[in-house]
Amino acid sequence: METRSFKVSYSPHVHNGASVHKIMWNVFLALVPATAVSVYAFGINAVRVLFVSTFFAIFFEALALLMRKRDWKQCFDGSAALSGLLLGLTLPPGISTPIIMIGSFVAIIVAKQVFGGIGSNPFNPALTGRVFLLIAFTEPMTTWPLPRGIEQAKNYLGLATTKTADAITAATPLAAIKEHASKAMPNVSLNDLFFGLHTPGSIGEISVLALLIGAAWLLYKKIITWHIPVSTILTVFVIATITHFLSPAKYPHPFFHMFAGGLIIGAFFMATDYVTAPIWPMGKLIFGIGVGLLTIVIRLWGGYPEGISFAILIMNATTPLIDKWTVPGPFGSKTLRRQS
Amino acid sequence: MRAVKEFTKGFWRENASLVLLLGMCPTLAVTTSAFNGLGMGLATTAVLLGSNVIISLIAGIIPKKVRIPSYIVVIATLVTLVDMFMAAYAPDLHSALGLFIPLIVVNCIILGRAEAFASRNSVFYSFLDALGIGLGFAITLFVVGAIREILGNGTLTVFQYKETLINFVIYHKETIKPITVFILAPGAFLTLGFLLALKNYIDNLIKN
Repeated sequence: METRSFKVSYSPHVHNGASVHKIMWNVFLALVPATAVSVYAFGINAVRVLFVSTFFAIFFEALALLMRKRDWKQCFDGSAALSGLLLGLTLPPGISTPIIMIGSFVAIIVAKQVFGGIGSNPFNPALTGRVFLLIAFTEPMTTWPLPRGIEQAKNYLGLATTKTADAITAATPLAAIKEHASKAMPNVSLNDLFFGLHTPGSIGEISVLALLIGAAWLLYKKIITWHIPVSTILTVFVIATITHFLSPAKYPHPFFHMFAGGLIIGAFFMATDYVTAPIWPMGKLIFGIGVGLLTIVIRLWGGYPEGISFAILIMNATTPLIDKWTVPGPFGSKTLRRQS
Repeated sequence: MRAVKEFTKGFWRENASLVLLLGMCPTLAVTTSAFNGLGMGLATTAVLLGSNVIISLIAGIIPKKVRIPSYIVVIATLVTLVDMFMAAYAPDLHSALGLFIPLIVVNCIILGRAEAFASRNSVFYSFLDALGIGLGFAITLFVVGAIREILGNGTLTVFQYKETLINFVIYHKETIKPITVFILAPGAFLTLGFLLALKNYIDNLIKN
């Protein structure tokens, strides 16, 4: 008898051609609109921040890879550059260069390479860098220059002075709300928040429209699924609606919460990070609801005006647990259980 | 020379914080300044010296089953003494260290040395062991405190007693922004983590 053996490799057998490179480049492409808007709004300063954060992210990645005796050319796989770019997008535009370098160091060395490099980090590197900077350099991290020059800034603040200044800073909409309750921000229209050319904020978070264009590209390319962003934003929206209708004077409009701050960039670009988010759809929904819940709780009742970065990091810590809990049964296992 | 070996092992080869990873609570909590770290380390050394000597003396008469409670009684007595001495003669340091002085009672270094070394070695070696481990611990705490203070506050406090204050200003807070997170809890973990990595790195260098 002749025995025939077939060599079968491990699954997955069908590969769609995705690679770290390809995915990272698609995310870069998706971030182009937001980056363009921020460069238009904040000028050369935004270019500086984004360049420094990205450059030093790659630099520290190469350094760490050399120290770990790995192939240092891995630093060009796009993941470090993306972490750096995302870190830059979460920083205020006026921040000084050494602080950005420290942020890149924390993001790449402390949050990523110490845990074993790409694919092994439990927390989102970019957000770890941002939160470190926020706690370490609270004052420069909460000084927000206004976009689009001095004239628009005066209009935004309702200033009639003719004094010259290099830049005018103001509180972000969320910080203003935190300080004076919602009545104090009559000048912020939802339009401003949506197009993002007149409100201060982190480099990448100002324009909701640009971010949504990028997010649509990611969804179209199937880089991300809808579960995390939708559940996050919906949770924020629902709780904001409830609180707004219970006490309209105290809590701002739900659409304000949706468009202000980093909710959109966080929900679409940071919470969906492959490494630090759950794998299964059910887990993704739980993860998203958790992020949304923590975000709105910190925003409404916490000490910081914006909570999305803390929320995502806290939920990152729960990811292994969620993954363990939501493993789907093998095909057909449910019907079997019902029959028996 | 066994005596030399028992004395020097605490500084590097069996360093309490960096190798045995004992006494993490004071290592992380009180090292907000270099002098606080040093004070905590020396207080621990004092207790450790007393407890190691006494326990190695009475180890023969302690019944095996109640040895841990017996050690605790000895250690607690010594800690109370140190606590009161500090309150009387170094009140500033006492208030800075606060709760962590009474907590020396449950410091794993002291109980660990009592159980692992003093109860089965002679008084002389137990004394040297306590001195080495204690001073090694104090130096580590001083280094952790110095790094955290320099990065987080821009100063280095070497000595502080009543009006005498030896305090170096490394850089001015107005010109260079200190990384304030380093005098908060996360900074302690980061500093300790990087020190551990550095120690292992040097060990590897020596080995090769």
